[in-house]
Amino acid sequence: MDSWDWQVFCKDTIDGEVRPSCFGQGGDITYLDWMLSAWGWTLSVALLALVVALVVGSVMGILRTTPSKLLVAIGNAWTELFRNIPLLVQVFLWYHVLPSLIPPLKQFPSFILVVFALGFFTSARIAEQVRAGIQSLPRGQRYAGLAMGLTLPQTYRYVLLPMAFRIVIPPLTSESMNIIKNSSVAFAVSIAELTMFAMQAQEETSRGIEIYLAVTGLYFVSAFLINRIALFIEHRVQVPGMIGGH
Amino acid sequence: MDLDFSFLNWDVLTGFVLKGLVFSVQLTLIAMIGGIALGTVLALMRLSGKKWLVIPAAFYVNTLRSIPLVMVILWFFLLIPLMIGRPMGAELSAIITFTVFEAAYYSEIMRAGIQSVPKGQVHAGYAVGMTYGQTMQLIVLPQAFRNMLPVLLTQTIILFQDTSLVYAIGAYDLLKGFEVAGKNFNRPVETYLVAAVVYFVICFSLSMLVRRLQKKIAIIR
Repeated sequence: MDSWDWQVFCKDTIDGEVRPSCFGQGGDITYLDWMLSAWGWTLSVALLALVVALVVGSVMGILRTTPSKLLVAIGNAWTELFRNIPLLVQVFLWYHVLPSLIPPLKQFPSFILVVFALGFFTSARIAEQVRAGIQSLPRGQRYAGLAMGLTLPQTYRYVLLPMAFRIVIPPLTSESMNIIKNSSVAFAVSIAELTMFAMQAQEETSRGIEIYLAVTGLYFVSAFLINRIALFIEHRVQVPGMIGGH
Repeated sequence: MDLDFSFLNWDVLTGFVLKGLVFSVQLTLIAMIGGIALGTVLALMRLSGKKWLVIPAAFYVNTLRSIPLVMVILWFFLLIPLMIGRPMGAELSAIITFTVFEAAYYSEIMRAGIQSVPKGQVHAGYAVGMTYGQTMQLIVLPQAFRNMLPVLLTQTIILFQDTSLVYAIGAYDLLKGFEVAGKNFNRPVETYLVAAVVYFVICFSLSMLVRRLQKKIAIIR
């Protein structure tokens, strides 16, 4: 292996010339420009998927703790379905299979399809955490809420969920870091995110080690950022004297 | 759109898919056995209390756990040929990658498992004159494995799902088998659908088995 060549990032992606500023001018882009935009795609896919996963996962997790057998069965089926198919296969289902079964989906860009694939996949894991969080509460809390004359939705809204969500924040933090890592499968349907960039830039420049190191570094930074944000939220919402509180 | 599965007969399945299934299972089993062995060593290193063992093991585990598996697969596919000086097939590269990568995850499970064994067991081992190696091998590890068996198996189901990511380097696994069949007959929609069903059936039945095992172990304990 020859010595390092970090100048590869300053090269123009078309003519291969090194640009002094490392950024392309007038519509041309360097590998650095490309990598930063790829980072943006990775973060966008991951964060949007996280929103989908949190919403759907919370609903499914709550359904699994309700007294209704039907709702529990729906929540369980959802979790098993999305947990037992590999993420890459789910991405292909969204990208290749669903649009031909449901034609209106053809108008969606592949970016949106990947967001749903990753979001639904992660929702199964979040549903599991939310269910465990609600079930970890003493049963008396639910009975107390109902005995006071609250309806079931009110019991969830005012009694169970405020505690359950605080309990599940730590596992949700690690799930949010997983979603950054899992967003890398979007390469398979040609989303211009970091892994796709790594594969293509490696091929074009033959400076694989430098490119992979930079991409791996960006994944580290992204996971670290998510971790900090999650810790910040955890501190903001904690109840004094309760789990994680001071 | 009309779905037509008629082309998926026995010959197509044995011709395209079986080879991939065999590789996926092979990869899973080798990475499981190798990963648990290496993971146990890493876990023991981290629990040894000796800095020169704890730091490298912690670095190994934390680094691999922070990088997406696809990137790890690409890294190894790039680095192994540079280190050994000749190209290496995607399949062999995948086997090495998964063993090394899964070891990081198995080691965290093993660490929790070993820590779940009461300290008195270790002291008892030393008290009857056993060495560290004997205490671990005869007293601690058998109990740790037993406690951790359901979690280790669940991780193996995840490992089996993750083998589909060898797509990144073009290795011929179960998913690739279906994909090639779909391209050959120009029926990608049907083959991806069947692939999803096959993965689901395999993983769902395995996780049901793990759940039953978990109940069985819970009763004995």
